[in-house]
Amino acid sequence: MATQTAEPEGLTKNSPEAVVVRFAGDSGDGMQLTGGQFTLSSALAGNDFATFPDFPAEIRAPQGTLFGVSAFQINFGSTEIDTAGDAPDVLVAMNPAALKTNVGALKPGGLIIADTGEFTKRNLEKAKYEVSPLEDGSLSKWQVLAFDISALTVEAVKPFGLGNKDALRCKNMWTLGLALWMFDRDRAPLVDWLNNKFRKNPVLAEANIAALNAGHAYGETAELGGQLHKQHLDAVPAPAGLYRTITGAEAVALGLVAGANLAHLPMFFGGYPITPASSILHYLVGLKEFGVTTFQAEDEIAAIASAIGASYAGQLGVTSSSGPGIALKTEAMGLAVMTELPLVIVNSQRGGPSTGLPTKTEQSDLYQAVYGRNGDTPMPVIAARSPSDAFDCAIEACRIATQYMTPVILLTDGYIANAAEPWKVPDPASYEAFPVLFLEERNGPDGTLLPYARDEKGARPWIKPGTPGLTHRIGGIEKNPGTGNLDYSPAAHQAMTDARHAKVNGVAKSIPAQEVTLGNAGGKLAVVGWGSTYGPIHQAVRRARAKGLDVSHIHVRHIWPLPENLGDLLRGYERILVPEMNTGQFKTVLRDQFLVDAKPFNKVSGQPFTIAEIEAAIEGALA
Amino acid sequence: MNAITPITTTLKDWESDQEVRWCPGCGDYAILKAVQRTLPELGADPAKTVFVSGIGCSSRFPYYVESYGFHTIHGRAPAVATGIKLANPELDIWLVTGDGDGMSIGGNHTMHLLRRNLNCQVLLFNNEIYGLTKGQYSPTSREGTHSPTTPLGSVDHPALPCAFALGAGARFVARGFDVSKHLPEVLKAAHAHKGAAFVEIFQNCIVYNKDRFDDFAAPKGAEDRQLWLKNGEPMLFGSDKTGGQKGIALDGEKLTLKVVDVVDGDWQAAGVIVHDVTNRSIAHMLVEMPFGPFPMALGVIYDDPRPTYEDAVLGQDTKAREGKSTDLARLLAKGQTWTVSEDGPEL
Repeated sequence: MATQTAEPEGLTKNSPEAVVVRFAGDSGDGMQLTGGQFTLSSALAGNDFATFPDFPAEIRAPQGTLFGVSAFQINFGSTEIDTAGDAPDVLVAMNPAALKTNVGALKPGGLIIADTGEFTKRNLEKAKYEVSPLEDGSLSKWQVLAFDISALTVEAVKPFGLGNKDALRCKNMWTLGLALWMFDRDRAPLVDWLNNKFRKNPVLAEANIAALNAGHAYGETAELGGQLHKQHLDAVPAPAGLYRTITGAEAVALGLVAGANLAHLPMFFGGYPITPASSILHYLVGLKEFGVTTFQAEDEIAAIASAIGASYAGQLGVTSSSGPGIALKTEAMGLAVMTELPLVIVNSQRGGPSTGLPTKTEQSDLYQAVYGRNGDTPMPVIAARSPSDAFDCAIEACRIATQYMTPVILLTDGYIANAAEPWKVPDPASYEAFPVLFLEERNGPDGTLLPYARDEKGARPWIKPGTPGLTHRIGGIEKNPGTGNLDYSPAAHQAMTDARHAKVNGVAKSIPAQEVTLGNAGGKLAVVGWGSTYGPIHQAVRRARAKGLDVSHIHVRHIWPLPENLGDLLRGYERILVPEMNTGQFKTVLRDQFLVDAKPFNKVSGQPFTIAEIEAAIEGALA
Repeated sequence: MNAITPITTTLKDWESDQEVRWCPGCGDYAILKAVQRTLPELGADPAKTVFVSGIGCSSRFPYYVESYGFHTIHGRAPAVATGIKLANPELDIWLVTGDGDGMSIGGNHTMHLLRRNLNCQVLLFNNEIYGLTKGQYSPTSREGTHSPTTPLGSVDHPALPCAFALGAGARFVARGFDVSKHLPEVLKAAHAHKGAAFVEIFQNCIVYNKDRFDDFAAPKGAEDRQLWLKNGEPMLFGSDKTGGQKGIALDGEKLTLKVVDVVDGDWQAAGVIVHDVTNRSIAHMLVEMPFGPFPMALGVIYDDPRPTYEDAVLGQDTKAREGKSTDLARLLAKGQTWTVSEDGPEL
């Protein structure tokens, strides 16, 4: 987020540049929906924003429990926003468990809005509170606004004759109404949305609208003891055009579709359900008309193996997974490297090792992506830095895969997959196409076929089975450098290993030179990041520079091969700091490749870096 | 099988220029020849034929056939084949696997290929041993098999590939053996079946499991030990020259099969079953029939097609695509959108 004042003081009548609101409740309370609609409202107010959902790993956690809390955080402002925000300014806690699990993150002086109707003895027990925190003074460092949202909602929807349970389900709209009032938002789009959502049940639509209006009116009229103020955050100037919210998972799916389209190929997606990667498969299933075939395989291995089969047959094979699933795919990646077939492997990283933290984010699969296979098995690796960036990265992965006849790993993570941000919808025609040409005729001397002859990029021809006159055999076994026939002579293995390396290293020639994302090409300190740490690094560097510190931000998309100028660029700084959500993996790669003294700054709590953490690390590195 | 325009080829056209590297005397040679002899009779087109294999001695097979070939990784050939077939259903796929590749490391994939009913021929070469890794026992090795990893004899019960296939939902199950003159007929029947056609081929590993199948495959006494099944014909074996003609009948009380003597050729009187390839219950009994008290059931045991996986997938895809816009720009602009203009954002 843009501005976090050094001395947070909660909400004041002087509207800040940015506000972080976290909606937290039981997983049945509809917090994700509330957050999603508040996000749209922020977009329509012209604010920049970033959001992040935090939902429980359990599908139906028992009501009221600590592990059943679902939260949605939005950071919105009148200035550029890059992260979902460090610490919330406002916490909406729909029950004691939501308060307990989230209040620790709240800024000192921040505002708690709590529904006293849910602070019953039973719910307090479930949240492991002995006394109500609303009454024992334990929340004194924050402002507390506690009132019976449940009762107010039931009252508001009384005219519609709903049962108590259905009436209480309108609580989230009541809360949303209050939030709309707090931030001076227009209710009309939400009313339209509710009418549309409940078009088959007009009574529910009316009830929810009544709840929304009641929450809004409560802010307008109630005596709230000066704790609650209406504030208005100005719009951020944005280029004219069509915008949408996009999550990383959506962006990956759309980017893959666009990439296959630019390659003039149908796409085959082999997947196996796994958190947090499944949403890519869910999304692609609905895009058959764009030449997408999806296949839910029997396991991760079959998912990638089927994608390799599809690539062999002339489609763009894609597979996607997360940590343990990627581990299972490793052997097949070797096959794709050996047979030199295009393939895109998306890894939505999560906390590891093993099952690890399925719903939490981490960047700890970088070694696996770059080094993690048997044999000398080079593969290009790309990392997306934000939800919208994942679109361009997916296209780039498709380009490299098809132009270089190689599997490519695209790294995202749990944060990118689930986080949303505004995205100016691009014109697909603005991307340069990279149409695939299949070999149709024999390419060797005297009418021979050389399936492993190489073009100037080192790529072999792509030959579709079904093509008359080009029958040949390929496999995972070492082969003759030209004919591809089985050949494990010393000379063949040396030549093929060298050729595979040269090809992948050569990808560096087709990628843009590394730019300095923010700051100068040289100086005292470079903060080098990759992947989803972009937001917090960018904002931390911006703040540090505003304080006059000589620090620059370099964010690397192409993890392997690295941009050709990166070594020289890094050597222009006295110090290099590499913040990562792992124990220092990219730091090792940089040291290995460039012999530079890159210093690690690591966090593996399953939570993204805060801006403040990186800002402190910058100050420490410059001290 | 695939509906193909018949192409005229000879056995020679199906021989690749690669030196065949199986051990001299290996049963794989006979199977290779049987396949290469069968393909011209099917009118198969080398350009549209793909041999896909996993790892093991049998999986070297694709290198020796002059068609498209993909020697994949251990056990995963069914998954690779599934991707190939979904990407291009016109390709005629022969999947070559072994008892280790298809029943052990790749058992899961074999099961799912069969239950999905991907249209292809699955040839499982069963030599009841790991050959390429030098003689360890396999999931089909008989109890008590002595091998480098089971010096005291194996203790686990062997898997029955045909029973596994039926259990997985296969709609075509057949058996043959490497040097059998009937093998091409079995292969032709497998190819004629639209859907996954599972063929277990007993194969003699002359180095690590020599003559393991001689008890029923040896020419001498074959009539008494082999039950060659033919659709619509009684299940008869043996002859008067040996121990007399016999047949397979149903024991109605125990609901099991039994061997009955056929006197003077009157098999009806002996209650011998007429083979009906669509009878799934009898098929289950035939594949489980213990050799020894019973002959080895060979030939087409079960053949009852139903819609194939790729037809179902692609049919659904085609339907889902009907009338849908393929405008990528429109797709990108879907969802929660707003427009920013000089007047600010609006829906």
